[in-house]
Amino acid sequence: MLPILLVLTLVEVGSGLVLGRFETQLLQYPTLLALVPVTIGTAGNLGSILAARLSTAFHLGTLSFDPRDENLAGNALATFALAVSIFPVVGVGAWGLTALVSGAQLAPQTVVAISLASGIALAILAIAVTVAVTYVAYRFRLDPDDVVIPIVTNTCDVLGVVVLFATVQLLL
Amino acid sequence: MTVRDAAREAYREALPALAASLVGGLIAGVVLSGMRAELRDVSGLLVLVPALLATRGNVYGSLGARISTALHQGLVEPRVRGGDERLKSAVAAALANGLLASAFAAVAVFTILSLLGSSVAPLPVLVAIALLAGLLSGVALSAVVVTAVFAGYRRGRDPDTLVGPLVTTTGDVFGVFFLLAAVRIVLALAEVI
Repeated sequence: MLPILLVLTLVEVGSGLVLGRFETQLLQYPTLLALVPVTIGTAGNLGSILAARLSTAFHLGTLSFDPRDENLAGNALATFALAVSIFPVVGVGAWGLTALVSGAQLAPQTVVAISLASGIALAILAIAVTVAVTYVAYRFRLDPDDVVIPIVTNTCDVLGVVVLFATVQLLL
Repeated sequence: MTVRDAAREAYREALPALAASLVGGLIAGVVLSGMRAELRDVSGLLVLVPALLATRGNVYGSLGARISTALHQGLVEPRVRGGDERLKSAVAAALANGLLASAFAAVAVFTILSLLGSSVAPLPVLVAIALLAGLLSGVALSAVVVTAVFAGYRRGRDPDTLVGPLVTTTGDVFGVFFLLAAVRIVLALAEVI
């Protein structure tokens, strides 16, 4: 447990370093800072829910790694639909709460655009990472429950920060 | 089952957990955005944030999973009182892992930022903040995880499905809240010394 935990901690320090690269912008716009935990968390959750569902389906023998597999395609589609419905709420929530606490510096539509664009990119990445890691676990005959969820959650955490950083540079 | 049916079922089952952790994440975000002064005062603290938050999820998520497996196997009684040895040692191990990972993250952040030539707060300050935040949030999260898993189990709910959303939601909120408390305590002590 401990060696894995320390490796995962180092991976997270990597995402912290990306966060440090746009510290000036984050400190200037409190709304962007408020987006950080919720974007990371939601990205990690999208990945871990998909991973948990795929590994259960895999244990039950109802999953095959074929793009035409209904279970695989349906779960991927649901992940995308979840991202599209939850990330606008993330944007509105982060804007509204920071507007109440610290005053609004950014327009609500800017924050929602940043949040939704990050969310869509993250959903696609989370699906790709989860399917790839589950497939590798399956090929190496590892139990996906043990391996996939921690790897997917922490990878999605890092991707959450990277994607948020990239989106802010593009849209702000 | 068509793709549409599979997607609809997956969507319905995942939405409540995602919505719950969304609320936790937003509260954590507002607390984080309110600590801009502390983030400016302690260089490198922002870099430490993802590692500290993820440690909470990794350590206490696995504590919850262990307790629920032990409950399923009948190795642990679903009662907090009575001081079950197995339960005590699981919580102690989680706290120790959490503290170690937090201190490790602080040392890693200090080392990397120093090597990059970026400005960074003194090592003892970062380590003290990470350890204090790890201890406070660890005690709070252990209490929440143990109580919620036991309560859920006694009401006939599968604790396995409770642990994930519970830890991600409370982990973020407690993680950021106790980080703020730890920074303020350490900065106040540093001024006295």
